[in-house]
Amino acid sequence: MSVFRDVQQAAPVAVFKLTQDFNNDPFPNKVNLGVGAYKTDEGKPWVLPVVKKVEKLIVHDDRLNHEYLPILGLPEFRSSASKIALGDDSPAIREDRVGAVQCLGGTGALKMGAEFLRRFYNGNNNTKTPIYVSAPTWENHNGVFTNAGFEDVRPYKYWDAEKRGLDLAGLLSDLESCPERSIFVLHACAHNPTGTDPTQEQWKKIAEVMMRRKLFPFFDSAYQGFASGNLEKDAWALRYFVSKGFEMFCAQSFSKNFGLYNERVGNLTIVARDSDNLKRVLSQMEKIVRITWSNPPSQGARVVSLTLTSPDLFSEWKENVKTMADRVLLMRAQLRAKLEVLGTPGTWSHITDQIGMFSFTGLNPKQVEYMIKEKHVYLMASGRINMCGLTSKNINYVAESIHEAVTKENSRPQSVDKLFCDSLDRNDTGVMTSDQPVLSMILVLTGSS
Amino acid sequence: MSVFGEVPQAPPVAVFKLTADFREDSHPQKVNLGVGAYRTDDCQPWVLPVVKKVERLIVEDGSLNHEYLPILGLPEFRSAASKVALGDDNAAIQEGRVGAVQCLGGTGALRIGADFLRRWYNGVNNTATPVYVSAPTWENHNGVFTDAGFKEIRPYHYWDAAKRGLDLAGLLDDLEKAPEHSVFVLHACAHNPTGTDPTQEEWKTIAEIMKRRKLFAFFDSAYQGFASGDLDKDAWAIRFFVSEGFELFIAQSFSKNFGLYNERVGNLTVVAKDGESLTRTLSQMEKIVRTTWSNPPSQGARVVSRTLNSPELFAEWKGNVKTMADRVLLMRSQLRSKLEALGTPGTWDHITQQIGMFSFTGLNPKQVEYLIKEKHVYLMASGRINMCGLTTKNIDYIAQSIHEAVTKVQ
Repeated sequence: MSVFRDVQQAAPVAVFKLTQDFNNDPFPNKVNLGVGAYKTDEGKPWVLPVVKKVEKLIVHDDRLNHEYLPILGLPEFRSSASKIALGDDSPAIREDRVGAVQCLGGTGALKMGAEFLRRFYNGNNNTKTPIYVSAPTWENHNGVFTNAGFEDVRPYKYWDAEKRGLDLAGLLSDLESCPERSIFVLHACAHNPTGTDPTQEQWKKIAEVMMRRKLFPFFDSAYQGFASGNLEKDAWALRYFVSKGFEMFCAQSFSKNFGLYNERVGNLTIVARDSDNLKRVLSQMEKIVRITWSNPPSQGARVVSLTLTSPDLFSEWKENVKTMADRVLLMRAQLRAKLEVLGTPGTWSHITDQIGMFSFTGLNPKQVEYMIKEKHVYLMASGRINMCGLTSKNINYVAESIHEAVTKENSRPQSVDKLFCDSLDRNDTGVMTSDQPVLSMILVLTGSS
Repeated sequence: MSVFGEVPQAPPVAVFKLTADFREDSHPQKVNLGVGAYRTDDCQPWVLPVVKKVERLIVEDGSLNHEYLPILGLPEFRSAASKVALGDDNAAIQEGRVGAVQCLGGTGALRIGADFLRRWYNGVNNTATPVYVSAPTWENHNGVFTDAGFKEIRPYHYWDAAKRGLDLAGLLDDLEKAPEHSVFVLHACAHNPTGTDPTQEEWKTIAEIMKRRKLFAFFDSAYQGFASGDLDKDAWAIRFFVSEGFELFIAQSFSKNFGLYNERVGNLTVVAKDGESLTRTLSQMEKIVRTTWSNPPSQGARVVSRTLNSPELFAEWKGNVKTMADRVLLMRSQLRSKLEALGTPGTWDHITQQIGMFSFTGLNPKQVEYLIKEKHVYLMASGRINMCGLTTKNIDYIAQSIHEAVTKVQ
């Protein structure tokens, strides 16, 4: 009877389902280490003081109104956001070959970039150009590029589960053997979910291969400033690539470093060979924006723009960012120390080696299940934890829970294949890029126990 | 040398190009009758007083933070917005078969609705389902549905240029001939660009055929309250369709009636036959939203939600809306009488018969060009004018200019 009778029930997005389950859990000591949002040591969301200040300035500024922004967004936001990424003195900016599109968070920037590339990169409407995303990667990368029309989203080797670090050899090998002109989605810093970034020397090697093989870098930059506490440091890889002469995209998110998650503040920075090419690219971006959201929302962009373009507010913001980054570093150090004191089996140096909001703990699906069901500590099936969910009050409980999970759930799993399939079911994405490392971890842990 | 070497220059979006040209024009008496945004009698943008008030409440509210909204948006916004469209006491809402997705303005709501229909309506991924849009219609309808993957966007008869009114016979004929299950984009009120809406009797006839022929109604509602000054009146067609048992979509925009253009406040209201179908539909909407913008922006939705959910603020808002609608009605009646007083050739009653922000003047492209180039009065090539661009200070100049255009240019 209903025209919707054949519509299938979609699986919920895993990370939000996790939060929902957490919210419904009455257990007093429950901990949410799932979704990537910063929390204070009280376990509360944090509206940055500078943001609060600027919001008040905005509401009292009678010169402002609500007229449509230009399609590409607030001009002063776009330029200041690109400057943050590339540096005030970036030669590419001075050469007038850097442009931007204000987008709906990092997701929106990825979406616009993907839609453009599918239409105009490597031919016209070449849906076959391979898109490479790291194994593992943020779960939404696959969906965004697939829905933009790309038919071939593939994993590139990234996480070495055995050594719990970067599989550089595998990564470089994928760069050498992929089709020319493939698109590579690179995490600018604070890789999600592994927290493992290439070193500067490793980035140089990556860049060399990519330049030689004509591969397109599409950076995802969601944690600038948040990763190390230092904006320039976190943008090193991006700036290096620009200095090497790459044409590239960078999807910037201000959700985390401004704590403006729900105002959807993002920027797609475009670096082209010259301003003429840039101009044509931006004109096509306008067309894509127009049939998606028409023009972007003002509030968040105004907050960021005012902050970035005022020396005092900019300093204050950097302080706020450092506050967040420092607390994360502290939690990393403390968690590692506690696990080592507890004598939890395995090595835990990766917790402090890794950078940014997330840690890829190495816990296997059964151990994760134990954590959630028995200890009411919520984390992703991949073993990813959000360090921001740790506080001085819950860190002992979390450390003990991990200890229990590892010592109790270290028995040989039923079958590797079943676990692999189970973990596939937990993800609602197409290409199973994020579970290969889980499989590797299972093999490692079963092998080592 | 550049990987972008083959990317062609895209032409600018017409309505924004018009405003850009207007801005560069130094003529002292220039007038912008292009883009559809409200202006005061001083020709200034207007931040609604109730909006200003609520923005202050929000910034002072220490209980609010910036955590991600749910993928489908702020719950109290979604329900309040759907209630505004369908009525507080609407049976379908009470039956639990109305849901909503907070979207990026009316455009975003159309987009998510289109993306969903292409994937799940009339089969799975049936890109061949025809989508009918009125002739003429808002210029972006075609682009949104095309980009969502539909291969067949077709016009349905709507504007009768000869009689300057609705071509009902043509419209009904298209409804009878369209393939079953075709999607029809209907303007809930204040048709853009013609300002010409079906009467209640005409809507009934339209609905009868659509039901019989199993056509899907996708309403675009960008002017509720703004058209007549009365929220319920402007929602009559939508509510009639719902009462007739249709499953339908409504893309609601709060850009105009809240003056919140740049905060992108929209809502896709979904009416299904039952709660179970609704649940499945919303779950798929989540997947589409997730890969488009992940979750929607908070500010505008909070303003609208707080306003709609507070009896006092709601009353104040209705007053603000009526202020805007009344000024437009005044400009309509004044423009018409001035043209009639000038003896401008043609009949001008369509200016007061048409409703909402726009008037389809009937000026031809050459006359439009004259107005822009010689008189610095900016309007769309179709002859569409934004009544909000008229003020007591410029209305004589405009009437005079139209008179010249009509008498000098054929």
